[in-house]
Amino acid sequence: MKKLVILGAGTAGTMMANHLVKKLPKKEWQITIVDQYKTHYYQPGFLFLPFDTYTEEQVKKTGKKFIPKGVNYIQKKIELIKPETNKVELENNESIDYDILIVATGSKTAPDETDGLLGPLWRKDIFDFYTFEGAKALRDKLRTWEGGKMVVHITEMPIKCPVAPLEFAFLADTFFKKKGMRDKVEITYVTPLDGAFTKPTCTKALNYLLEEKNIKIETDFAIMEVDNDKKVIVDYVDREIPFDLLVTVPTNMGDEVIERSGLGDDLNFIPTHKHTLQSKEHKNIFVIGDATDVPASKAGSVAHFQAETLTDNIILFTKGFKLKQEFDGHANCFIETGDNKALLIDFNYDQEPVHGTFPFAKIGPLKLLKESVFNHWGKLAFRWIYWNMLLKGIPIPFVGRNMSFKGKIFDIKENN
Amino acid sequence: MKKLIANREIDVNEEGYLLDFNQWDKEIGTYIANECNVSMTDKHWEVIDYLQDKHHKEEALSIRGIKKSGVINIKEFYNLFPGGPLKISTKIAGIPKPKSCI
Repeated sequence: MKKLVILGAGTAGTMMANHLVKKLPKKEWQITIVDQYKTHYYQPGFLFLPFDTYTEEQVKKTGKKFIPKGVNYIQKKIELIKPETNKVELENNESIDYDILIVATGSKTAPDETDGLLGPLWRKDIFDFYTFEGAKALRDKLRTWEGGKMVVHITEMPIKCPVAPLEFAFLADTFFKKKGMRDKVEITYVTPLDGAFTKPTCTKALNYLLEEKNIKIETDFAIMEVDNDKKVIVDYVDREIPFDLLVTVPTNMGDEVIERSGLGDDLNFIPTHKHTLQSKEHKNIFVIGDATDVPASKAGSVAHFQAETLTDNIILFTKGFKLKQEFDGHANCFIETGDNKALLIDFNYDQEPVHGTFPFAKIGPLKLLKESVFNHWGKLAFRWIYWNMLLKGIPIPFVGRNMSFKGKIFDIKENN
Repeated sequence: MKKLIANREIDVNEEGYLLDFNQWDKEIGTYIANECNVSMTDKHWEVIDYLQDKHHKEEALSIRGIKKSGVINIKEFYNLFPGGPLKISTKIAGIPKPKSCI
């Protein structure tokens, strides 16, 4: 019996288990998935939890429910990956062998990477919403917060769902308007990049949003430290931005097991071929989702499209065939813009987000790169799709793994 | 679009970043640097070399990367390319600036 081991039962790992159990011959292959945590979180829901739009129960379920029958599920901590002997060491000196390894250990926040972030104000006036605990603590804070300077801040790139902090700022504007206290809150968006929108097409199409919602912006800000006494964030040229409430996205890093095993880069992301998803160093190791270093967005939709290519490539690999150079960096994301509207963007490694309709040319019903109520419903409906289709590896109708160019407008004029 | 840089027609995007690194040389870099009010020194070129090397290896550019590069510390980086060091230095280097998904 040959062994395929998946590390991580998050979005990407769970999808791979569901795909492969249907595709690999049961008589030849045993599939095992390892994850130390019992709970599977719907991470896009962390954006809505702070505003009391979603409840705690709506964003978490028991992970085991989504692991298919026929897959061996081990809930244990992963200590070390040993590619030279094709072994994975688990807690309590246990170990498992593999013929093929799929690493889907994701990325997580590392607030300790920034001086002062975990100081006395952490979870009092300083919050993150990229963890369940952080989003919940921020929800409790917002329920009673009386206003002041709210700073929404990105520490450094890359981060999971790069647009989430901007969505947070938009939703905060709506939240405070609804509470009748928008005039008591100043919202500032602070980014290490050169704008809230960094691609020319998006800057043209979307820059009006910041002005419309009265969100101030500070760009090119590389944080050096958080000064808890003065309640300011400070950058390397001593620029200070004061806050009463800091909502920050800490540095995102790959799992510590990647560092312990010496498989990652500076941020513990694994060097991975961007079109095949094979590890650059080890032929029988494949990497998917947030754990890779490929220049795609770290997002669930990307993991979903990757999973389709990776499934084919695993099958090709088991038969000794050449891998498909197929994955194109395709991402497809809803972006909440507040006031019950949302945008939809569709892009890949080479093509910037475009205008047009999705998924059907000229018909839609969803509009790309344009605010609409329909897109907002799409985003809310996505939670159901995630739990009931995406994790189970059921293809989403009419949405292909590679970016389609039908019904899309590539020549974007200003004020389109 | 095309832009006349150092008397040559160079392909650039709407923000003036080179689209084809093969069209880049030090003369082009110096011309763009002048446009950004940066006068190039050996230290500047050392940073540009580092950035181009990272880019060709398809490794992401970040302030953290600069910190660990051994070429320069972050304060110096800001001093060499005032305002927005990564966006200015990448433009001079003829490579894309770091981007988000939108």
